[in-house]
Amino acid sequence: MEDLFIIIYNWLVSLLSGWGVGPVLVDIILGVLGSVLIVAYLLTLALFIIWVERKLVARIQDRIGPNRVGPWGLFQNIADVLKLLTKEIIIPDGADLVPFMLAPMIAVASVFMIWAALPFTRNAVGTNVSIGVLYIVAVSSLSIMAVLMAGWSSNNKYALLGAFRGVAMLVSYEVPMILTLLVPVFLTGSMRVNEIVGAQTIWYVIAMPIAAVIFYIANHAEAGRSPFDMLEAESEIVAGFHIEYSGMAFAMFYLAEFLHAFTISALTATLFFGGWRGPFVEQVPTLGIIYFFIKTFAIYLFNVWARGTLVRLRIDQIMSFCWKFLVPIALILLVLSMLVDKIATGIIPNYLDTTLLGMLPRTGILLLVNLVVGALAFGWIARTGRRERERLESRQIAPVERPAAGQQAK
Amino acid sequence: MKEWTFIAIIAVVSLATPAAPILIGKLIGPRKPNTLKNATYECGVETVGDTWVQFKVQYYIFALVFLVFDIEVVFLYPWAVAYNQLPLFGVIEGVIFIIILAAALIYAWRKGALEWT
Repeated sequence: MEDLFIIIYNWLVSLLSGWGVGPVLVDIILGVLGSVLIVAYLLTLALFIIWVERKLVARIQDRIGPNRVGPWGLFQNIADVLKLLTKEIIIPDGADLVPFMLAPMIAVASVFMIWAALPFTRNAVGTNVSIGVLYIVAVSSLSIMAVLMAGWSSNNKYALLGAFRGVAMLVSYEVPMILTLLVPVFLTGSMRVNEIVGAQTIWYVIAMPIAAVIFYIANHAEAGRSPFDMLEAESEIVAGFHIEYSGMAFAMFYLAEFLHAFTISALTATLFFGGWRGPFVEQVPTLGIIYFFIKTFAIYLFNVWARGTLVRLRIDQIMSFCWKFLVPIALILLVLSMLVDKIATGIIPNYLDTTLLGMLPRTGILLLVNLVVGALAFGWIARTGRRERERLESRQIAPVERPAAGQQAK
Repeated sequence: MKEWTFIAIIAVVSLATPAAPILIGKLIGPRKPNTLKNATYECGVETVGDTWVQFKVQYYIFALVFLVFDIEVVFLYPWAVAYNQLPLFGVIEGVIFIIILAAALIYAWRKGALEWT
């Protein structure tokens, strides 16, 4: 059976050419149609996932969550959007107007643009550029620009502080993310996202679980979600970089955050969990979109779970975790797996076979490397944690014994 | 070429999509600015001095370390794409490059650039 998207595409092309539209214009019209489709899909989804997230986090934290508007509070977000539409967009004194208004737009646009390179099925992909992975990294780092612009132009100390902290964190977590992103690229030998999915007869998460975990954690931080919500930190810097925003401009930051969380799940699903691959997908390619959605949503629920349960870390802890743990582990993993993989290519015959059985030796060897590195990392973090705990425990006793007022003034 | 046209189109569409609600909000929302409302928010206290004061230098140092890594990692991508065609020696060369990268990290670590004190 042919892919539904190919049938629709061919029908549209023949329809437009029948009307006497030139081939260049056909491409442009179909491009506009495709991008509007992607954006509309994400906006519709956003209404739903924001509800899911609010409801789930509420249940995790022993609250009820939205339950007034519509059945189970399903229409709460629509009510929120209507309310925010009628609110004034306050522009504070001394704000730099152009970056101030541009920042929420760029925040949302960076998320939408990532989806241009994510394949929904074998054929339904916005664009299959040859540098797909690099394109995704480049576009997703635009959201860092949005944070900095918002914080800088608000003329508010909290906003500036939030933006500084946020950018320091986002920029740091970009490093382990890019390093682990090399893993699917070198396993496939291509940066085209669709080829990376196509090569995953056995999911890369089975061969490289540690890389997948590091990638996921780094991406979780990129989205600025709860253990890493340095940018917002309600109790410390009120709301961080978007403190001066109101009305629809604020809603855009909100939308960007939730969509970013969903997008990183889609990225992880694509690069490590086989994207649109699943049973019978060879016969019925349209099924791919369903598999892709299921995988993305499963990872997204994990994301919500982390957000609902983990507490916010201090900024020095966040930075140490990135630079002193994730980056070294990612480097060691990359070097070891590449070397072992190359040596094994020379020894084992048909090592680079891409059939299900043929991929088994490569997957097994890489999994072994990952388990060794994972054990090392686990031992290291356990030791560091124990030492830190001992240090803190020994420190806590002192002020109880001598509660002198003069000592605390330092 | 066709692939890049699509990226140009989606860039325009994805910028226009958030612009539209902000514009609508501007049009139908009230607009009654006054001095108190437009003042910089600081938990009900009047702000003191300029916003753009001096901040901790640590932010800058982290940005510098990031810059080193980011530029060097970009060189690793073409190497990773060509990985399957490379002989073992080519991989070892790349590994040496990564070790130099790791040496820079260890140097920054030992120098205390990664401490947040």
